[in-house]
Amino acid sequence: MREELLSIIEKNSRIGLNELAVLLGQKEEDVLKELETLEKDGIICGYNTLIDWEKTSIEKVTALIEVRVTPQRGQGFDKIAERIYNYPEVKAVYLISGGFDLLVILEEKSLREIANFVSDKLSTLESVLSTGTHFILKKYKDYGTILAKKHEDEREIVSP
Amino acid sequence: MTKELSNKVINIKPSGIRKFFDLVSEMKDVISLGVGEPDFDTPWHIRDEGIYAFEKGRTFYTSNSGLKDLRFEISNYINRTQNISYNPDSEILVTVGGSEAIDIGIRALVNNGDEVIIPQPSYVSYEPCAILANAKPVIVNLQAKNQFRLTAEELQKAVTPRTKLLILPFPNNPTGSIMEKDDLEKIAEVIIDNDIYVMSDEIYSELTYNGKHVSIASLPKMKERTILINGFSKSYAMTGWRLGYACAPKEIVKQMLKIHQFAIMCAPTTSQYAAVEAIKNGDDDVAQMRQAYNQRRRFLINAFKEMNLPCFEPFGAFYVFPCIKEFGMTSEEFATKLLQEEKVAAIPGSAFGESGEGYLRISYAYSLDNLKSAMIRLNNYVNRLRK
Repeated sequence: MREELLSIIEKNSRIGLNELAVLLGQKEEDVLKELETLEKDGIICGYNTLIDWEKTSIEKVTALIEVRVTPQRGQGFDKIAERIYNYPEVKAVYLISGGFDLLVILEEKSLREIANFVSDKLSTLESVLSTGTHFILKKYKDYGTILAKKHEDEREIVSP
Repeated sequence: MTKELSNKVINIKPSGIRKFFDLVSEMKDVISLGVGEPDFDTPWHIRDEGIYAFEKGRTFYTSNSGLKDLRFEISNYINRTQNISYNPDSEILVTVGGSEAIDIGIRALVNNGDEVIIPQPSYVSYEPCAILANAKPVIVNLQAKNQFRLTAEELQKAVTPRTKLLILPFPNNPTGSIMEKDDLEKIAEVIIDNDIYVMSDEIYSELTYNGKHVSIASLPKMKERTILINGFSKSYAMTGWRLGYACAPKEIVKQMLKIHQFAIMCAPTTSQYAAVEAIKNGDDDVAQMRQAYNQRRRFLINAFKEMNLPCFEPFGAFYVFPCIKEFGMTSEEFATKLLQEEKVAAIPGSAFGESGEGYLRISYAYSLDNLKSAMIRLNNYVNRLRK
Protein backbone atom coordinates (compact mmCIF):
# COMPACT_ATOMS: atom_id res chain seq x y z
CA MET A 1 0.00 0.00 0.00
CA ARG A 2 2.91 2.36 0.75
CA GLU A 3 3.90 3.18 -2.80
CA GLU A 4 0.33 3.69 -3.98
CA LEU A 5 -0.50 5.79 -0.92
CA LEU A 6 2.52 8.01 -1.50
CA SER A 7 1.74 8.44 -5.17
CA ILE A 8 -1.82 9.52 -4.37
CA ILE A 9 -0.92 12.09 -1.74
CA GLU A 10 2.02 13.33 -3.75
CA LYS A 11 -0.58 14.52 -6.24
CA ASN A 12 -3.28 15.49 -3.79
CA SER A 13 -2.28 16.17 -0.21
CA ARG A 14 -5.74 17.47 0.66
CA ILE A 15 -7.44 14.12 0.20
CA GLY A 16 -9.45 12.99 3.23
CA LEU A 17 -8.61 9.86 5.17
CA ASN A 18 -11.95 8.31 4.30
CA GLU A 19 -11.50 8.74 0.57
CA LEU A 20 -7.88 7.64 0.75
CA ALA A 21 -8.99 4.39 2.38
CA VAL A 22 -11.61 3.83 -0.34
CA LEU A 23 -9.16 4.42 -3.18
CA LEU A 24 -6.61 2.09 -1.65
CA GLY A 25 -9.16 -0.55 -0.71
CA GLN A 26 -7.87 -0.49 2.90
CA LYS A 27 -9.30 0.18 6.35
CA GLU A 28 -9.15 3.78 7.53
CA GLU A 29 -7.25 2.90 10.68
CA ASP A 30 -4.60 1.05 8.69
CA VAL A 31 -4.15 4.00 6.36
CA LEU A 32 -3.92 6.37 9.31
CA LYS A 33 -1.31 4.20 10.95
CA GLU A 34 0.72 4.09 7.75
CA LEU A 35 0.49 7.88 7.35
CA GLU A 36 1.69 8.40 10.90
CA THR A 37 4.63 6.07 10.34
CA LEU A 38 5.54 7.84 7.11
CA GLU A 39 5.45 11.21 8.86
CA LYS A 40 7.41 9.97 11.84
CA ASP A 41 10.09 8.43 9.63
CA GLY A 42 10.43 11.68 7.71
CA ILE A 43 9.34 10.06 4.46
CA ILE A 44 6.47 12.51 4.27
CA CYS A 45 8.27 15.81 4.90
CA GLY A 46 5.43 18.25 4.39
CA TYR A 47 2.16 18.96 2.62
CA ASN A 48 2.66 21.75 0.13
CA THR A 49 0.45 23.51 -2.37
CA LEU A 50 1.47 24.04 -5.97
CA ILE A 51 0.79 27.66 -6.87
CA ASP A 52 1.18 29.34 -10.22
CA TRP A 53 2.25 32.73 -8.88
CA GLU A 54 2.31 34.19 -12.36
CA LYS A 55 -1.46 34.23 -12.37
CA THR A 56 -1.56 36.37 -9.21
CA SER A 57 -0.63 40.05 -8.89
CA ILE A 58 2.11 39.13 -6.44
CA GLU A 59 5.62 39.66 -7.78
CA LYS A 60 8.00 36.73 -7.49
CA VAL A 61 11.30 36.18 -9.19
CA THR A 62 12.95 32.80 -9.18
CA ALA A 63 16.56 32.12 -10.02
CA LEU A 64 18.61 28.97 -10.38
CA ILE A 65 22.14 29.61 -9.21
CA GLU A 66 25.02 27.35 -10.03
CA VAL A 67 27.61 27.47 -7.29
CA ARG A 68 31.14 26.13 -7.41
CA VAL A 69 32.67 25.61 -3.98
CA THR A 70 35.74 24.18 -2.29
CA PRO A 71 34.65 21.26 -0.17
CA GLN A 72 35.82 21.42 3.42
CA ARG A 73 37.99 18.83 5.07
CA GLY A 74 35.96 16.30 7.02
CA GLN A 75 32.63 17.82 6.08
CA GLY A 76 32.59 17.73 2.31
CA PHE A 77 29.85 19.91 0.93
CA ASP A 78 27.46 19.61 3.87
CA LYS A 79 28.76 22.54 5.86
CA ILE A 80 28.65 25.02 3.03
CA ALA A 81 25.26 23.71 1.90
CA GLU A 82 23.94 24.33 5.40
CA ARG A 83 25.20 27.90 5.41
CA ILE A 84 23.28 28.47 2.20
CA TYR A 85 20.05 26.61 2.95
CA ASN A 86 19.55 28.39 6.26
CA TYR A 87 18.59 31.55 4.39
CA PRO A 88 14.76 31.49 4.24
CA GLU A 89 14.70 32.97 0.71
CA VAL A 90 16.56 29.88 -0.50
CA LYS A 91 13.90 27.42 -1.68
CA ALA A 92 16.14 24.50 -2.51
CA VAL A 93 19.73 23.40 -2.45
CA TYR A 94 20.92 20.36 -4.36
CA LEU A 95 24.36 18.80 -4.60
CA ILE A 96 24.90 18.27 -8.31
CA SER A 97 27.28 16.20 -10.40
CA GLY A 98 28.98 17.85 -13.36
CA GLY A 99 30.44 21.27 -14.00
CA PHE A 100 29.45 22.85 -10.70
CA ASP A 101 28.67 21.65 -7.19
CA LEU A 102 25.52 23.16 -5.72
CA LEU A 103 22.31 24.22 -7.39
CA VAL A 104 20.53 26.87 -5.35
CA ILE A 105 16.96 27.89 -6.08
CA LEU A 106 16.22 31.34 -4.84
CA GLU A 107 12.91 33.12 -4.71
CA GLU A 108 12.67 36.87 -4.17
CA LYS A 109 10.36 39.76 -4.89
CA SER A 110 12.63 41.40 -7.46
CA LEU A 111 15.70 41.00 -9.61
CA ARG A 112 17.52 43.48 -7.42
CA GLU A 113 16.97 41.39 -4.32
CA ILE A 114 18.34 38.33 -6.09
CA ALA A 115 21.36 40.30 -7.28
CA ASN A 116 21.92 41.52 -3.74
CA PHE A 117 21.71 38.05 -2.31
CA VAL A 118 24.22 36.69 -4.78
CA SER A 119 26.70 39.52 -4.43
CA ASP A 120 26.38 40.17 -0.71
CA LYS A 121 25.69 36.82 0.80
CA LEU A 122 26.49 33.97 -1.56
CA SER A 123 29.64 35.14 -3.31
CA THR A 124 31.23 36.36 -0.13
CA LEU A 125 31.16 32.96 1.51
CA GLU A 126 34.70 31.82 1.89
CA SER A 127 34.45 28.50 0.11
CA VAL A 128 32.38 29.78 -2.81
CA LEU A 129 34.60 29.94 -5.90
CA SER A 130 32.08 31.18 -8.45
CA THR A 131 28.38 31.53 -9.16
CA GLY A 132 26.22 31.58 -12.29
CA THR A 133 22.71 32.94 -12.03
CA HIS A 134 19.84 31.91 -14.32
CA PHE A 135 16.48 33.64 -14.04
CA ILE A 136 13.36 31.67 -14.68
CA LEU A 137 11.28 33.42 -17.31
CA LYS A 138 8.31 31.08 -17.46
CA LYS A 139 7.27 27.86 -15.81
CA TYR A 140 5.65 25.41 -18.16
CA LYS A 141 5.54 22.43 -15.87
CA ASP A 142 6.33 22.16 -12.19
CA TYR A 143 6.29 19.16 -9.88
CA GLY A 144 4.86 17.03 -12.66
CA THR A 145 1.96 19.37 -13.29
CA ILE A 146 1.60 21.21 -16.57
CA LEU A 147 0.83 24.85 -15.74
CA ALA A 148 -0.28 25.82 -19.24
CA LYS A 149 -3.98 25.62 -19.96
CA LYS A 150 -5.63 22.29 -19.45
CA HIS A 151 -6.88 20.57 -22.53
CA GLU A 152 -10.52 19.68 -22.79
CA ASP A 153 -11.99 16.21 -23.02
CA GLU A 154 -12.39 15.83 -26.75
CA ARG A 155 -13.92 12.40 -26.66
CA GLU A 156 -17.45 11.77 -27.86
CA ILE A 157 -19.94 11.94 -25.01
CA VAL A 158 -20.99 8.35 -25.47
CA SER A 159 -19.29 5.51 -27.32
CA PRO A 160 -19.63 1.73 -27.21
CA MET B 1 -32.83 5.24 -57.51
CA THR B 2 -35.62 2.79 -57.06
CA LYS B 3 -33.66 -0.42 -56.58
CA GLU B 4 -33.63 -1.69 -53.05
CA LEU B 5 -30.52 -1.65 -50.85
CA SER B 6 -29.23 -4.77 -49.14
CA ASN B 7 -31.98 -6.34 -47.10
CA LYS B 8 -29.52 -7.95 -44.80
CA VAL B 9 -28.08 -4.59 -43.86
CA ILE B 10 -31.43 -2.82 -43.76
CA ASN B 11 -32.65 -5.35 -41.22
CA ILE B 12 -29.76 -4.76 -38.85
CA LYS B 13 -30.81 -2.55 -35.96
CA PRO B 14 -28.66 0.52 -35.41
CA SER B 15 -26.71 0.40 -32.17
CA GLY B 16 -28.72 1.30 -29.07
CA ILE B 17 -25.94 3.64 -28.10
CA ARG B 18 -26.45 5.71 -31.23
CA LYS B 19 -29.99 6.55 -30.13
CA PHE B 20 -28.68 7.79 -26.84
CA PHE B 21 -25.94 9.75 -28.52
CA ASP B 22 -28.45 11.80 -30.51
CA LEU B 23 -30.23 12.69 -27.31
CA VAL B 24 -27.06 13.66 -25.46
CA SER B 25 -25.59 15.76 -28.23
CA GLU B 26 -28.37 18.31 -27.91
CA MET B 27 -27.61 18.98 -24.23
CA LYS B 28 -25.11 21.23 -22.49
CA ASP B 29 -23.02 20.76 -19.31
CA VAL B 30 -23.51 17.04 -19.31
CA ILE B 31 -21.20 14.97 -17.11
CA SER B 32 -20.57 11.91 -19.17
CA LEU B 33 -19.95 8.42 -17.84
CA GLY B 34 -20.71 7.05 -21.25
CA VAL B 35 -17.51 6.41 -23.12
CA GLY B 36 -15.80 3.16 -23.90
CA GLU B 37 -12.31 4.58 -24.29
CA PRO B 38 -9.53 5.66 -21.91
CA ASP B 39 -9.37 9.27 -20.74
CA PHE B 40 -5.57 9.17 -20.74
CA ASP B 41 -3.60 10.56 -23.64
CA THR B 42 -1.46 8.05 -25.45
CA PRO B 43 1.84 8.09 -23.48
CA TRP B 44 4.21 10.64 -24.98
CA HIS B 45 7.01 8.26 -25.93
CA ILE B 46 4.51 6.35 -28.09
CA ARG B 47 3.16 9.48 -29.76
CA ASP B 48 6.73 10.62 -30.29
CA GLU B 49 7.48 7.41 -32.14
CA GLY B 50 4.46 8.09 -34.38
CA ILE B 51 5.74 11.59 -35.12
CA TYR B 52 9.18 10.16 -35.83
CA ALA B 53 7.66 7.70 -38.30
CA PHE B 54 6.03 10.61 -40.13
CA GLU B 55 9.28 12.55 -40.16
CA LYS B 56 11.16 9.58 -41.57
CA GLY B 57 8.58 9.37 -44.34
CA ARG B 58 7.25 6.02 -43.22
CA THR B 59 3.98 6.64 -44.98
CA PHE B 60 3.73 3.62 -47.26
CA TYR B 61 1.73 0.41 -46.99
CA THR B 62 3.22 -2.25 -44.81
CA SER B 63 2.95 -5.93 -45.64
CA ASN B 64 -0.66 -7.13 -45.49
CA SER B 65 -0.23 -8.93 -42.21
CA GLY B 66 1.56 -5.98 -40.61
CA LEU B 67 5.11 -4.85 -39.88
CA LYS B 68 7.37 -7.78 -39.19
CA ASP B 69 8.82 -6.01 -36.14
CA LEU B 70 5.38 -5.49 -34.72
CA ARG B 71 4.29 -9.09 -35.27
CA PHE B 72 7.51 -10.20 -33.63
CA GLU B 73 6.85 -7.96 -30.61
CA ILE B 74 3.23 -9.16 -30.39
CA SER B 75 4.49 -12.72 -30.40
CA ASN B 76 6.90 -11.86 -27.57
CA TYR B 77 4.20 -10.09 -25.63
CA ILE B 78 1.73 -12.98 -25.81
CA ASN B 79 4.53 -15.32 -24.86
CA ARG B 80 5.60 -13.36 -21.79
CA THR B 81 2.04 -12.61 -20.60
CA GLN B 82 0.22 -15.83 -21.51
CA ASN B 83 2.99 -18.31 -22.19
CA ILE B 84 1.55 -19.14 -25.60
CA SER B 85 3.83 -19.13 -28.60
CA TYR B 86 2.56 -17.79 -31.93
CA ASN B 87 4.69 -17.75 -35.03
CA PRO B 88 4.97 -14.09 -36.10
CA ASP B 89 5.23 -15.13 -39.76
CA SER B 90 2.07 -17.17 -40.02
CA GLU B 91 -0.06 -16.93 -36.90
CA ILE B 92 -0.39 -13.19 -36.25
CA LEU B 93 -2.34 -10.60 -38.21
CA VAL B 94 -2.29 -6.88 -37.44
CA THR B 95 -5.72 -5.34 -37.94
CA VAL B 96 -7.51 -2.00 -37.87
CA GLY B 97 -8.53 -2.17 -34.24
CA GLY B 98 -9.83 -5.26 -32.51
CA SER B 99 -13.11 -4.57 -34.34
CA GLU B 100 -11.72 -5.54 -37.71
CA ALA B 101 -10.32 -8.74 -36.27
CA ILE B 102 -13.78 -9.59 -34.90
CA ASP B 103 -15.40 -9.04 -38.27
CA ILE B 104 -12.93 -10.92 -40.44
CA GLY B 105 -12.43 -13.65 -37.86
CA ILE B 106 -16.13 -14.48 -37.94
CA ARG B 107 -16.24 -14.24 -41.72
CA ALA B 108 -13.28 -16.58 -42.06
CA LEU B 109 -14.92 -19.24 -39.90
CA VAL B 110 -18.63 -19.49 -40.67
CA ASN B 111 -20.73 -20.90 -43.47
CA ASN B 112 -24.37 -20.06 -44.14
CA GLY B 113 -26.51 -20.97 -41.19
CA ASP B 114 -23.66 -21.85 -38.84
CA GLU B 115 -24.44 -20.87 -35.29
CA VAL B 116 -22.35 -18.36 -33.39
CA ILE B 117 -22.86 -18.32 -29.65
CA ILE B 118 -22.73 -14.80 -28.27
CA PRO B 119 -22.90 -14.23 -24.52
CA GLN B 120 -24.62 -10.96 -23.64
CA PRO B 121 -24.43 -8.31 -22.26
CA SER B 122 -21.44 -7.69 -24.49
CA TYR B 123 -19.91 -5.37 -27.03
CA VAL B 124 -22.30 -4.32 -29.75
CA SER B 125 -20.58 -5.63 -32.86
CA TYR B 126 -20.57 -9.42 -32.48
CA GLU B 127 -24.20 -9.97 -33.40
CA PRO B 128 -24.30 -7.76 -36.52
CA CYS B 129 -20.96 -9.18 -37.69
CA ALA B 130 -22.34 -12.71 -37.36
CA ILE B 131 -25.48 -11.73 -39.27
CA LEU B 132 -23.49 -10.05 -42.03
CA ALA B 133 -21.50 -13.28 -42.37
CA ASN B 134 -24.78 -15.19 -42.87
CA ALA B 135 -24.37 -16.97 -39.57
CA LYS B 136 -27.07 -17.40 -36.99
CA PRO B 137 -26.37 -15.61 -33.70
CA VAL B 138 -27.36 -17.63 -30.65
CA ILE B 139 -27.55 -15.41 -27.61
CA VAL B 140 -26.68 -16.63 -24.12
CA ASN B 141 -28.08 -14.29 -21.50
CA LEU B 142 -25.50 -14.06 -18.75
CA GLN B 143 -26.75 -13.90 -15.19
CA ALA B 144 -26.06 -11.34 -12.49
CA LYS B 145 -25.99 -14.18 -9.96
CA ASN B 146 -22.90 -15.56 -11.74
CA GLN B 147 -21.37 -12.08 -11.87
CA PHE B 148 -22.08 -12.20 -15.61
CA ARG B 149 -19.53 -14.98 -16.17
CA LEU B 150 -20.28 -17.69 -18.72
CA THR B 151 -20.91 -21.05 -17.08
CA ALA B 152 -20.41 -24.48 -18.62
CA GLU B 153 -24.14 -25.24 -18.17
CA GLU B 154 -25.20 -22.10 -20.01
CA LEU B 155 -22.82 -22.89 -22.82
CA GLN B 156 -23.84 -26.55 -23.04
CA LYS B 157 -27.49 -25.52 -23.30
CA ALA B 158 -26.79 -23.22 -26.24
CA VAL B 159 -24.79 -25.78 -28.22
CA THR B 160 -26.43 -27.54 -31.19
CA PRO B 161 -24.94 -29.63 -34.00
CA ARG B 162 -24.71 -26.40 -36.03
CA THR B 163 -22.65 -24.53 -33.47
CA LYS B 164 -19.44 -23.32 -35.08
CA LEU B 165 -18.08 -20.57 -32.89
CA LEU B 166 -18.24 -19.17 -29.39
CA ILE B 167 -17.50 -15.51 -28.79
CA LEU B 168 -15.79 -15.07 -25.46
CA PRO B 169 -15.72 -11.38 -24.50
CA PHE B 170 -13.79 -11.15 -21.22
CA PRO B 171 -12.80 -8.89 -19.45
CA ASN B 172 -16.23 -7.71 -20.45
CA ASN B 173 -17.64 -4.50 -21.79
CA PRO B 174 -20.18 -3.48 -20.39
CA THR B 175 -20.27 -5.50 -17.15
CA GLY B 176 -16.59 -5.39 -16.11
CA SER B 177 -16.88 -9.12 -15.47
CA ILE B 178 -13.88 -11.40 -15.92
CA MET B 179 -13.37 -15.14 -16.40
CA GLU B 180 -10.72 -16.67 -14.18
CA LYS B 181 -8.68 -19.75 -14.94
CA ASP B 182 -11.05 -22.22 -13.29
CA ASP B 183 -14.06 -20.63 -15.02
CA LEU B 184 -12.27 -21.05 -18.34
CA GLU B 185 -11.30 -24.66 -17.62
CA LYS B 186 -14.94 -25.56 -17.10
CA ILE B 187 -16.13 -24.09 -20.37
CA ALA B 188 -13.08 -25.39 -22.26
CA GLU B 189 -14.31 -28.89 -21.60
CA VAL B 190 -17.65 -28.16 -23.30
CA ILE B 191 -15.86 -26.40 -26.16
CA ILE B 192 -13.53 -29.33 -26.83
CA ASP B 193 -16.26 -31.95 -26.43
CA ASN B 194 -18.39 -30.21 -29.02
CA ASP B 195 -15.51 -29.24 -31.31
CA ILE B 196 -16.25 -25.52 -31.38
CA TYR B 197 -14.03 -22.61 -32.35
CA VAL B 198 -13.54 -19.73 -29.91
CA MET B 199 -13.05 -16.07 -30.59
CA SER B 200 -11.59 -14.68 -27.39
CA ASP B 201 -11.84 -10.89 -27.39
CA GLU B 202 -9.20 -9.90 -24.86
CA ILE B 203 -8.95 -6.20 -25.68
CA TYR B 204 -9.20 -5.35 -21.95
CA SER B 205 -6.68 -8.01 -20.88
CA GLU B 206 -4.32 -5.49 -19.27
CA LEU B 207 -7.11 -4.02 -17.17
CA THR B 208 -7.81 -6.58 -14.47
CA TYR B 209 -7.71 -5.80 -10.78
CA ASN B 210 -7.47 -9.06 -8.90
CA GLY B 211 -4.59 -10.76 -10.63
CA LYS B 212 -3.37 -11.27 -14.17
CA HIS B 213 -5.69 -12.04 -17.04
CA VAL B 214 -5.64 -15.64 -18.30
CA SER B 215 -6.33 -16.34 -21.96
CA ILE B 216 -8.40 -19.38 -22.85
CA ALA B 217 -5.87 -20.07 -25.60
CA SER B 218 -3.32 -20.94 -22.91
CA LEU B 219 -5.34 -23.98 -21.78
CA PRO B 220 -4.48 -27.42 -23.19
CA LYS B 221 -5.98 -28.17 -26.65
CA MET B 222 -7.38 -24.65 -26.91
CA LYS B 223 -4.80 -22.80 -28.98
CA GLU B 224 -5.65 -24.88 -32.04
CA ARG B 225 -9.29 -23.71 -31.97
CA THR B 226 -8.97 -20.14 -30.70
CA ILE B 227 -8.71 -16.77 -32.36
CA LEU B 228 -7.18 -14.54 -29.72
CA ILE B 229 -8.02 -10.89 -30.33
CA ASN B 230 -6.27 -8.02 -28.63
CA GLY B 231 -5.08 -4.55 -29.49
CA PHE B 232 -3.57 -1.30 -28.38
CA SER B 233 -6.68 0.82 -27.81
CA LYS B 234 -7.49 0.12 -24.18
CA SER B 235 -4.16 -0.93 -22.69
CA TYR B 236 -2.07 1.91 -24.12
CA ALA B 237 -4.86 4.49 -24.55
CA MET B 238 -4.53 4.36 -28.33
CA THR B 239 -8.15 4.15 -29.52
CA GLY B 240 -7.81 6.66 -32.34
CA TRP B 241 -4.74 4.92 -33.76
CA ARG B 242 -6.98 2.02 -34.80
CA LEU B 243 -4.70 -0.89 -34.18
CA GLY B 244 -5.47 -4.40 -33.06
CA TYR B 245 -4.39 -7.92 -33.86
CA ALA B 246 -5.49 -11.50 -34.08
CA CYS B 247 -3.45 -14.56 -33.12
CA ALA B 248 -4.70 -17.90 -34.41
CA PRO B 249 -3.64 -21.16 -36.02
CA LYS B 250 -2.08 -20.52 -39.40
CA GLU B 251 -4.95 -22.13 -41.35
CA ILE B 252 -7.32 -19.53 -39.90
CA VAL B 253 -4.94 -16.59 -40.25
CA LYS B 254 -4.43 -17.54 -43.88
CA GLN B 255 -8.15 -17.11 -44.58
CA MET B 256 -8.48 -13.95 -42.47
CA LEU B 257 -5.52 -12.47 -44.30
CA LYS B 258 -7.37 -12.79 -47.61
CA ILE B 259 -10.31 -10.73 -46.40
CA HIS B 260 -8.00 -8.23 -44.73
CA GLN B 261 -5.89 -7.93 -47.85
CA PHE B 262 -8.83 -7.20 -50.12
CA ALA B 263 -10.89 -5.04 -47.77
CA ILE B 264 -8.23 -3.13 -45.86
CA MET B 265 -4.81 -3.76 -47.43
CA CYS B 266 -2.93 -3.09 -44.20
CA ALA B 267 -3.33 -1.39 -40.84
CA PRO B 268 -2.18 2.25 -40.64
CA THR B 269 1.61 2.39 -40.96
CA THR B 270 2.33 5.18 -38.48
CA SER B 271 0.20 3.44 -35.88
CA GLN B 272 2.16 0.26 -36.38
CA TYR B 273 5.48 1.99 -35.73
CA ALA B 274 4.05 3.66 -32.63
CA ALA B 275 2.67 0.31 -31.49
CA VAL B 276 6.12 -1.30 -31.61
CA GLU B 277 7.24 1.31 -29.09
CA ALA B 278 4.11 0.76 -26.98
CA ILE B 279 4.45 -2.97 -26.72
CA LYS B 280 8.23 -2.84 -26.12
CA ASN B 281 8.42 0.00 -23.63
CA GLY B 282 4.87 0.63 -22.42
CA ASP B 283 4.57 -1.69 -19.41
CA ASP B 284 5.05 1.10 -16.88
CA ASP B 285 2.41 3.26 -18.52
CA VAL B 286 -0.04 0.41 -18.42
CA ALA B 287 0.72 -0.20 -14.74
CA GLN B 288 0.14 3.46 -13.91
CA MET B 289 -3.14 3.62 -15.77
CA ARG B 290 -4.26 0.36 -14.22
CA GLN B 291 -3.61 1.76 -10.76
CA ALA B 292 -5.60 4.91 -11.51
CA TYR B 293 -8.52 2.87 -12.91
CA ASN B 294 -8.44 0.62 -9.89
CA GLN B 295 -8.74 3.59 -7.52
CA ARG B 296 -11.71 4.92 -9.46
CA ARG B 297 -13.27 1.48 -9.51
CA ARG B 298 -13.03 1.26 -5.73
CA PHE B 299 -14.43 4.76 -5.43
CA LEU B 300 -17.50 3.88 -7.52
CA ILE B 301 -18.16 0.56 -5.81
CA ASN B 302 -18.06 2.40 -2.50
CA ALA B 303 -20.34 5.16 -3.81
CA PHE B 304 -22.94 2.59 -4.92
CA LYS B 305 -22.72 0.89 -1.57
CA GLU B 306 -23.45 4.18 0.14
CA MET B 307 -26.36 4.77 -2.24
CA ASN B 308 -27.63 1.26 -1.62
CA LEU B 309 -27.50 0.51 -5.31
CA PRO B 310 -26.80 -3.20 -5.84
CA CYS B 311 -23.67 -3.80 -7.88
CA PHE B 312 -21.38 -6.82 -8.02
CA GLU B 313 -17.71 -6.01 -7.79
CA PRO B 314 -16.29 -6.09 -11.31
CA PHE B 315 -12.61 -6.96 -11.67
CA GLY B 316 -11.96 -5.98 -15.27
CA ALA B 317 -12.12 -3.33 -18.00
CA PHE B 318 -13.26 0.13 -16.85
CA TYR B 319 -16.96 -0.35 -16.30
CA VAL B 320 -19.28 -0.96 -13.42
CA PHE B 321 -22.76 -2.32 -13.99
CA PRO B 322 -25.13 -1.35 -11.17
CA CYS B 323 -28.65 -2.80 -11.01
CA ILE B 324 -31.53 -0.33 -11.22
CA LYS B 325 -34.43 -2.79 -11.21
CA GLU B 326 -35.86 -1.46 -7.92
CA PHE B 327 -37.05 1.71 -9.67
CA GLY B 328 -39.44 -0.12 -11.97
CA MET B 329 -38.17 1.56 -15.09
CA THR B 330 -36.42 0.19 -18.12
CA SER B 331 -32.71 0.97 -18.38
CA GLU B 332 -33.45 3.33 -21.20
CA GLU B 333 -36.09 5.24 -19.21
CA PHE B 334 -33.78 5.40 -16.21
CA ALA B 335 -30.84 6.65 -18.26
CA THR B 336 -32.93 9.14 -20.21
CA LYS B 337 -34.43 10.64 -17.06
CA LEU B 338 -31.02 10.71 -15.39
CA LEU B 339 -29.73 12.64 -18.35
CA GLN B 340 -32.64 15.06 -18.45
CA GLU B 341 -32.88 15.70 -14.72
CA GLU B 342 -29.28 15.50 -13.55
CA LYS B 343 -27.37 15.82 -16.80
CA VAL B 344 -25.42 12.65 -16.26
CA ALA B 345 -24.94 10.43 -19.29
CA ALA B 346 -24.63 6.70 -18.65
CA ILE B 347 -25.47 3.97 -21.12
CA PRO B 348 -28.55 1.80 -20.58
CA GLY B 349 -27.49 -1.82 -20.07
CA SER B 350 -30.07 -2.89 -22.64
CA ALA B 351 -27.88 -1.39 -25.38
CA PHE B 352 -25.62 -4.43 -24.87
CA GLY B 353 -28.31 -7.08 -25.16
CA GLU B 354 -31.60 -8.01 -23.56
CA SER B 355 -29.92 -9.37 -20.47
CA GLY B 356 -28.49 -5.92 -19.79
CA GLU B 357 -32.02 -4.70 -19.13
CA GLY B 358 -32.31 -3.37 -15.59
CA TYR B 359 -28.66 -2.29 -15.47
CA LEU B 360 -26.62 0.75 -16.27
CA ARG B 361 -23.15 0.84 -17.75
CA ILE B 362 -21.00 3.37 -15.96
CA SER B 363 -17.55 3.98 -17.34
CA TYR B 364 -14.72 5.05 -15.09
CA ALA B 365 -12.52 6.30 -17.85
CA TYR B 366 -12.91 9.69 -16.21
CA SER B 367 -10.99 11.67 -13.61
CA LEU B 368 -11.91 11.14 -9.96
CA ASP B 369 -13.20 14.72 -9.76
CA ASN B 370 -15.52 14.00 -12.63
CA LEU B 371 -16.73 10.79 -11.04
CA LYS B 372 -17.32 12.55 -7.72
CA SER B 373 -19.57 15.20 -9.24
CA ALA B 374 -21.41 12.53 -11.19
CA MET B 375 -22.00 10.41 -8.08
CA ILE B 376 -23.45 13.41 -6.23
CA ARG B 377 -25.90 13.91 -9.06
CA LEU B 378 -26.73 10.21 -9.31
CA ASN B 379 -27.32 10.12 -5.57
CA ASN B 380 -29.75 13.05 -5.81
CA TYR B 381 -31.59 11.32 -8.61
CA VAL B 382 -31.83 8.00 -6.83
CA ASN B 383 -33.03 9.66 -3.63
CA ARG B 384 -35.73 11.51 -5.50
CA LEU B 385 -36.93 8.32 -7.15
CA ARG B 386 -37.08 6.52 -3.82
CA LYS B 387 -39.29 9.15 -2.16
